Amino acid sequence: MTDSQTASTLQPFNGSTTPERHRAFSLSRILAITSTTLTELTRLKVFYVLLVFGLLLIGSSIFMAQFSFQQEFQILKDVSLGAISMFTSLLAIVATSRMLPRDIEDRTVYTILAKPVPRFEYVVGKIAGVLLLLAISTLIMVAAFLAVLYMREQAVLQVTAKQMASAPPDQLADALRAVRASAINVNLAPGIIIIFLKACLLTALTLFVSTFATSTIFTIVVMVFIYFIGHLEATAREYWLTVHGGGLVTRVCLAIVALLFPDLQAFNLVDDIVAGTAISIAVFTKTALLGIFYTVIYTLLAVFVFYGKEL
Amino acid sequence: MTRGLIALAVLILMGLLKLPVERDLAALHRQEHFRGVEFNLDLREQLGQLGFMAALSGFRAIVADGLFIQAHAAWEDTQWGRMLLLFRQITTLQPRVLLFWDTAAWHMAWNASVAAMNDTKQPRQALRVKAQREYFAIGKEFLERGIKNNPDRPELYEALARLYKEKYKDHERSAEYYAKAATLPGAAPWDRRFSAYELSSCEGREREAYDRLRSLYDEGEKERLPTLIKRLKLLEDKLAIPQDQRIP
Repeated sequence: MTDSQTASTLQPFNGSTTPERHRAFSLSRILAITSTTLTELTRLKVFYVLLVFGLLLIGSSIFMAQFSFQQEFQILKDVSLGAISMFTSLLAIVATSRMLPRDIEDRTVYTILAKPVPRFEYVVGKIAGVLLLLAISTLIMVAAFLAVLYMREQAVLQVTAKQMASAPPDQLADALRAVRASAINVNLAPGIIIIFLKACLLTALTLFVSTFATSTIFTIVVMVFIYFIGHLEATAREYWLTVHGGGLVTRVCLAIVALLFPDLQAFNLVDDIVAGTAISIAVFTKTALLGIFYTVIYTLLAVFVFYGKEL
Repeated sequence: MTRGLIALAVLILMGLLKLPVERDLAALHRQEHFRGVEFNLDLREQLGQLGFMAALSGFRAIVADGLFIQAHAAWEDTQWGRMLLLFRQITTLQPRVLLFWDTAAWHMAWNASVAAMNDTKQPRQALRVKAQREYFAIGKEFLERGIKNNPDRPELYEALARLYKEKYKDHERSAEYYAKAATLPGAAPWDRRFSAYELSSCEGREREAYDRLRSLYDEGEKERLPTLIKRLKLLEDKLAIPQDQRIP
C-alpha cells in the first residue's frame, strides 16, 4: 500500500465524535458466551459417554424382565426416569465442575475478561450454556423413553387384542383402556420437569462451589457429599426442629445441615408419580419455585464470589 | 476471605428463610402422598448398606425394581423365605406402588401357602396346615399394611376381600372390604355387587343381602346379571318373600 493509498483510507480526527458507549449489561455478550460454552461442552467425550449410557439404560429397560404388562410398565418407567435423573445430575456436576478451572488453566478466562465483559455476564453465560446442554440431553433422553414406552405399549396392545379376540367388545375395550392407562401418563411431564430443575439446582450449586475450589476433582468430591447430605437434609431438619434431645454438638451439626444444604428429597417426586400418585398444581408449582429459587441464589452467590476471585 | 464470609452469611440467612418454606412443602408432599419413605435406622437395617445408599440418593424406585426382579427369580426357584424378605424390602421402599403389595400378598397367600400344603418333606399334615395358615396371615398382613399406606385406593381393599373369601371363607369380612372398596373413587363397578353376593352367604344377614341385591336389581338392566338374579331368587325363597314382591 502506497502512502497516498494509506492517506486516503485514514479518516480525519474529529474531536467531537465520542466512541460507542460500553453497555453495563449486554444480552448478546451473554449469548455469545452461552453458545461458546455449549459448543465446548458438546465436544467433551464425557457428555457423549453419559448420554450414551443414559440411552442404553433406557433402551435396555425393555428387555429387563417379562412380567405382566402393569409390572413391566412400572419397571420400564422407574428405570428410564431413574436413568434420566441420574444422568442429568451427573452431567450437571461433571460439566460444571470443570468449567471455571479449565478456563483458568487454558487462560481463556483472561482473554474474555480482558475485553469489556463484566464477570457477572461471564458467569451467567457459562451457567446458561450448561443449562442449555442439560435441556438438550433431557429432551433426547425423554424422547428415547417415550419411544421405548410407546413401542412396548403397542406390543402389549397387540397381544391383548389377540388374546381377547373372542371376548365381548366392551371387555376388550376395557382391557385395552387399562393397558393404555398403565403406559403413557400426562402426570409424567411435571415429574420430568422437576428432574430437570433438580439438575439446574445442582449446576448452580456446583458453579458456586467451583468459584472457591482449587481443582475439578475437589469440586466433584464436594458435590458428591452435598448430593448425599442434601437427600438427608429433610431428616436432619425435622430432627433439629422437633426432637429436643441430643447433645449440643449433634444439634449444631443438624442446624448446619438444615441451614446450609438444599432439600434434595423435595425433588424426588417421580417415584411416587410412577406409582400412581397424582401431582397437584400446588405441589408442582411450589416444588418448581423452590428449585428456581435455589438456582438463582446459588448463581448470584457464584457471581459474588467470582467477583472477588484473584485471576 | 471477606467475600467468602459474606457468602456464608447469605447462605445462613437464606437457610433461615427457606426452613419454613421447605417444612411447608414437605408437609404438603406428605399430605399428597409423596415422601412416603422415612430414612431411618429401621430402613437401613432392612435394606443393607448399598441399598440404603442408593435409596438415599433418590433411586429407591430402581432399587425396589431390582429387588422385585430378584423376588421373581426367587419365585421361579420356590424360595419362599427369600421372597418374603425381598417383598418386605420392596414394599418398604415403594409403599405407594399397589402392584408390589398385591403381588406380595398373592405370592404368600396363594402360591407359598399351596406349596406349604403340598410340601412332601413335611409328613405331618397338622404342621402343613399350620404353615399354610401362616402364609395366609402373611398375605393378609401385606394387604393390611398396603391399605394403611394407600387408604384412598380401592384395589387393595378388593384384594383383601378376595383373600377373605377364597382363603379364610370369611364372607362377612369379604363383604365388608368389597363395600369399603366400592365407596372409594376409581372403584370397580362390580364391587357393590360382590359385596352383596358375599353378604348373601352370611348366616343371619340374608335380609340385608336381599335388600342390597334388590336395590341393585332395581337400578336397571345393566345390574341384572345371571348371578345376581340367581342369588336374589334363592334369597326370596329363603326369606319367604311374597309372590307379588318377587322378581319375574
